[in-house]
Amino acid sequence: MLLEVKNLHVEVEGKKILDGLTLSVEKGQVAAIMGPNGSGKSTLAYVLAGKPGYEVTEGEVLLDGENILEMGADERAAKGVFLAFQYPVEVPGVATMTFLRTALNAQRKTRGQGELSTPEFMKLVRETSAKLGISQEMLRRAVNVGFSGGEKKRNEILQMAVLQPRLAVLDETDSGLDIDALQIVAEGVNRLRSPERSMIVITHYQRLLNFIVPDVVHVLAKGKVVKSGGKELALELEAKGYAQFTGEAA
Amino acid sequence: MNADVRTMKTPAEQALSAAFAATRDTLPGKGAVAALRADAFATFETRGLPHRRVEEWKYTDLRALMRDLYPLAAPPDAAAKARAKDAGKLLAGIDCRRLVFADGAFVPEQSDLTPEQGLSIASLAEALAKGDAATAAQLGKTFPTDDVAVALNAALMGDGAVIRIAAGAEIKRPIHLVFAAGADKPSSSFIRSLIVVEKGAKATIIEDHESGAAQVNAALELVVGDEAQVDYFKLTQARALHVASLLATIGAKAQFRSFAFTRDSSVVRNQNFIRFTGEHAHGGIRGVSLLRGKEHVDTTLLIEHAAVHCESREQFRAVLDDESHSVFQGKIVVAPHAQKTDAKMMTRALLLSDEAEADNKPELEIFADDVVCGHGATAGALDPGLKFYLMSRGITDKEAEALLIQAFIGETVEEIAHEGIRAALMDAAVAWLGARK
Ligand SMILES: Nc1ncnc2c1ncn2[C@@H]1O[C@H](COP(=O)(O)OP(=O)(O)OP(=O)(O)O)[C@@H](O)[C@H]1O
Ligand SMILES: [Mg+2]
Repeated sequence: MLLEVKNLHVEVEGKKILDGLTLSVEKGQVAAIMGPNGSGKSTLAYVLAGKPGYEVTEGEVLLDGENILEMGADERAAKGVFLAFQYPVEVPGVATMTFLRTALNAQRKTRGQGELSTPEFMKLVRETSAKLGISQEMLRRAVNVGFSGGEKKRNEILQMAVLQPRLAVLDETDSGLDIDALQIVAEGVNRLRSPERSMIVITHYQRLLNFIVPDVVHVLAKGKVVKSGGKELALELEAKGYAQFTGEAA
Repeated sequence: MNADVRTMKTPAEQALSAAFAATRDTLPGKGAVAALRADAFATFETRGLPHRRVEEWKYTDLRALMRDLYPLAAPPDAAAKARAKDAGKLLAGIDCRRLVFADGAFVPEQSDLTPEQGLSIASLAEALAKGDAATAAQLGKTFPTDDVAVALNAALMGDGAVIRIAAGAEIKRPIHLVFAAGADKPSSSFIRSLIVVEKGAKATIIEDHESGAAQVNAALELVVGDEAQVDYFKLTQARALHVASLLATIGAKAQFRSFAFTRDSSVVRNQNFIRFTGEHAHGGIRGVSLLRGKEHVDTTLLIEHAAVHCESREQFRAVLDDESHSVFQGKIVVAPHAQKTDAKMMTRALLLSDEAEADNKPELEIFADDVVCGHGATAGALDPGLKFYLMSRGITDKEAEALLIQAFIGETVEEIAHEGIRAALMDAAVAWLGARK
C-alpha cells in the first residue's frame, strides 16, 4: 500500500472539514475521487501535500508506511508527493525554468542525489514540454504569469512529469480545459502511469475518466469516503447525482 | 532675561558648532564660497538638527539619532589610503573609471585620471583652493534648499568630485566614485560633489559609499543638461550615521535614471531633491533597500515637475527583516504651468518579520489641471500561498523565501539598463539573502 489515510479528521479555522476519512491507494493504482462541491476533496489534497493552516485533530496519513503529517511540504515533495493544484498560482518574477530546476535539484538534494546537469535538465524539460504543447516562450515567462487557465493546468502536468512523483494528486486538472487540451493532458498523465506510481484523480466529470481510466472510484461526501467501486461507479454517479449520499434531493 | 539658546543644544549640535568655529578659516574657498558656508551655518544655528516634529524628518529624528559628532576626518595617511583601496568591490567586474576618496578626501594616486575627450575631473578642495570661478558659481545653486542636512554639508564641506562633461560627449565607462572609510578610528566627513553634464552628453555615474564606522554627510549637485542622458547609482553600506542628499535639475528632453541600493547599513537617510526644469524630460527614480537587525533606512524624495510634458517614475522597494525600519517619503509637486506631467510613484515594503516596520508616505501636490499622476504604497509579508506552491514542489522554506524575495527585488532591479551593474546588484542582493538566518 503506497498511501494509507486512516480516520482523518481535519479542521480549518475551527471548522470541521474532513470527518473520519479513510482511504488506501495501492502502488501503481489510479484512484478517482468524486464528490459534491465542498465535500472536502481539495482539503484532502492540501492535507496530503502539507499546506499550513489545516489542523489534523485525529487520524494518520502513511506514505509507504511512514507518517508524513509532521513533515513540511518540501519534505513530502522530496518523498514523492505531488499536488497538481485546482487553482495554480502565479509567481511573478520567478522564471518557469528557474522554478523547475530549483525544485528538481532541491528534491534530489534532500534525497541525497546529485544535481542534474544543465544539458540533461534542458533536454528533459524541452521534451516533456513539447509533448504537452507548452512553448519555449511560455517556459521563459514567470511561473503561470499570463498563462490561460488551460495553460496553467498543462504547466502542472509538466511539473509532475519533470519531478516524477510516487504519489500524484490531480485536483480537477480537467476543469477549464478544452476538448483537445483535455486529451493532451490525459495523455501526459497516462504516460506517467507506472507500477511504481500512484495517482489520485479528483474530478467532477466522467469524461476525464474515459481518458484516464481509474482502477477504483471513491465518492467523498461530507468529509468522508462514502462509497467505493470500480470505474462503472463514475457512470452511475453521472446518471444519478450525489443525492443518495448527501440526503438532499437531486 | 532671554533664555540661553545654547543650553538647549544637544552634544552633537554643540560639536557641530565647535567644528565650524575651529575650521571655518581653513576650509577651502574664499569670497562667495565662504559666504555660502556662513549662510548655511546660520541656517543650522537657527534650526538645529531636524527632529520628529519637522515634517520631512518625522521618521528619522536626527536630533535623537545623532548622539555625537565624530571628529572631522584628518587628511588620509598611507594606512588610510591603503584601506580605501579595497572599497567598491561590488562592481569589481565592471570596467569603470575609478575615482577614490578616503575619509572624504580625494586620493589621486588611486584614481584613474586618464584623459578623455569631453571629461574634466577635479577635486572640490583643489577647485575651491584655486578659486575656480565655475565651481564657486554653481555650488549651492543647483537646487537651493534650507534643509539642515544640506546646510551642514555646505558649511563644512571639505572635498568631493567636480566633474564636467562637455556638450555632446559620450563617456563610455561608468564613472565610479568610491567613498571609502580609511581612518581606523571614528571620524566624520562632509563630502560635496558637483557634476555638470552638458547638453546632449551621456554618462553613467556611480556614487559608492562604503563608509564603515565613519559618519558621512554627502551631497551631490547634479546638473543634467538638455538632451543629456544620465544614469546615476547611489550604493550605500554604512555602519555609522549616513546622510546623503542629491540635488538635481533635469533639462529639456533629458533622460535621467537613478538607482539607490542600500544594504548592511545602520542609519541611512537618502534624500533626493530633483527638479524637472525643461520640457519632455524623463526621469526614472528607483531603489532597493535591504534591512535587517535594527537597521534604519530612510528614502525621502522631493520631485518637482516645473516644466510641461515631463514624465517621471518613482519606484522603491524595501525588504525588512528582524526589527528593522524603513521609511519612504515621496512628494511629487507639479507646478501650475507644468501641464501634461505624467508622474507615477510606487513604493512597496516586504516585511519578513513581525517586528519590522515600514513607514510609507507618498504624496502628490498638484497645481496644474491637465496631468496624469498617481501613487501607491504597500507593505506586507510574503504571500503564504506562493510559498506553499514553491514548497509543494520540494523547494525548502528558506529557498522558497529567497526566490520570492529575489523576485520582489528583481522587478525593480530589472529596470537598470546597464547589464553589468544590474547583475552585480542582483548578486549583492542574493548574497544578502544568503546571509539570512
Ligand atoms: N480556509 C478555509 N476556511 C474556511 N473554510 C474552508 C477553507 N478551506 C475550505 N473550506 C471549506 O471546507 C469545505 C471543503 O472545501 P474543499 O475545497 O475541500 O471542497 P471540494 O470538495 O474541493 O469542493 P469543489 O468541488 O468545489 O472544489 C468547504 O465548505 C469550504 O468552504
Ligand atoms: Mg476542490
